[in-house]
Amino acid sequence: MAFLKEYISDIYGAVKSLLTGMKRTGYYFTHHKEIITEQYPDNRATLVLPERFRGEVVMTHNGDNEHRCTGCTACELACPNGTIKIVTKFDINAEGKKKKAIDKFVYHLELCTMCNLCIQACPTDAIRMAQTFEHSVYDRAQLTKVLNKPGSKLQEGVE
Amino acid sequence: MLSLRSITDSFHTWLLGLVGDTWTLVIEMVLVGVAAIGLFAVLGLILVIMERKVSAWMQIRLGPNRVGPKGMLQSTADTVKLLVKEGMTPDGADKLMFNSAPFLAMIAAMLLLAPIAFAKDFHIWDINIGVLYITAISSLNVIAVLMAGWSSNNKYSLLGAMRSGAQIVSYELSAGLSILTIVVLTGSLQMSEIVASQANGWWIFKGHLPALIAFVIFMIAVTAETNRAPFDLAEAESELTGGFHTEYSGMKFALFFLAEYINVFIVCAIGATLFLGGWMPFHIGNWEGFNRIMDYIPSSVWFFGKTFFLIFVMMWFRWTFPRLRIDQLLNLEWKYLLPIGMVNIVLVTVIAILKWHF
Repeated sequence: MAFLKEYISDIYGAVKSLLTGMKRTGYYFTHHKEIITEQYPDNRATLVLPERFRGEVVMTHNGDNEHRCTGCTACELACPNGTIKIVTKFDINAEGKKKKAIDKFVYHLELCTMCNLCIQACPTDAIRMAQTFEHSVYDRAQLTKVLNKPGSKLQEGVE
Repeated sequence: MLSLRSITDSFHTWLLGLVGDTWTLVIEMVLVGVAAIGLFAVLGLILVIMERKVSAWMQIRLGPNRVGPKGMLQSTADTVKLLVKEGMTPDGADKLMFNSAPFLAMIAAMLLLAPIAFAKDFHIWDINIGVLYITAISSLNVIAVLMAGWSSNNKYSLLGAMRSGAQIVSYELSAGLSILTIVVLTGSLQMSEIVASQANGWWIFKGHLPALIAFVIFMIAVTAETNRAPFDLAEAESELTGGFHTEYSGMKFALFFLAEYINVFIVCAIGATLFLGGWMPFHIGNWEGFNRIMDYIPSSVWFFGKTFFLIFVMMWFRWTFPRLRIDQLLNLEWKYLLPIGMVNIVLVTVIAILKWHF
């Protein structure tokens, strides 16, 4: 009789799990307030994006137009499809010594897959993911961006 | 209780006086045909928008909400789109079979409409072997699917059609057995008598547990027979790019699509008639007052209410359960549904002979 017991408990387990699933969807069906769809073009002003949504890479600048990028190229090495190109230059600091700094942080948005590896690779938290997503342009060249603002320099104390 | 018989009868005698016997028959047949096609068109539009709304709400989405008030004209717009699209026939296809398969699918669905009672005294053909007719005709659908899959000259189509054949042929057994339980309880194959036998309560309540088990098996089996998820292996868009209708486009695809929804409506109508009393209002035994109040709701409202409730349950299945694998599908039928159905029918027979049912 052991097989019969197993047979019946199989059926019981199956019915129970199916009913659990139907209870869940039935709950969603009767609770319309939980709908997560954003009515996008209509609600541009009040659009709520999830916290972890990744739209594009940006470089953070503080109020004095200073960034935290040392030009270590860790992000460039981490990028799987050559999205980032860092052009370095040598600055003369206050003591007359030459110091490496970034000239241009070139970011190819058209190649980027938003994989987040560059942000994880950055030792100084200079770059982050922004939530902007309306990237369509008529000319592909406009998608190649320079992330450091003109005239910006390295923040004091970031090595 | 309000009956449509007086209206149809007076129309019939009026027509008989106007034209001869033969022409009366012809005119009435044409009218019924037009009514059936009209019902199909309206049902297709309603069921598609219902399916899309139900699926959206179950997945915490909004669903179509742009075309017409609250998106209710979405399916109409889709139909117009399908009508103006080109109906292509692939070069390597068997032209005659390829082009006739969608119509066969529609005809198989249409034939099933005949014995169903839509309201009190309102049916096309109250044949005395109604239930037998339904079980016989409902297996025609597989021929259309096999024709479409074979003639498309496409591996995906053929695979989908073969899966569908295995599925429909095996699930028909369970559906037939569960239909048989009600035949055993009623002692009749005629649809109108089955409905009349439920005047003091529906079979799902009167038949104790076995009727309930039969109802559950029936719902599972007809979901599989109409090729709907979680049994949609014949289409399996993620595996077979659409299965048997991969090569179809335009109106020919729309006919398959429509036939699926019509089949859903018809099997739900049959389920409602057999287990939930068809157009019979909700009656409890001898509670005269209660029964009288229930009679005030028109019989067609009862019929369509029950049918749409069952359709909703089938949609609920579709948007909750994941698709089965082919071996799991056949396991479920041959190892679970069929043995349970067989034991169940023995139980029902005992109940019917000893008159234990109410």
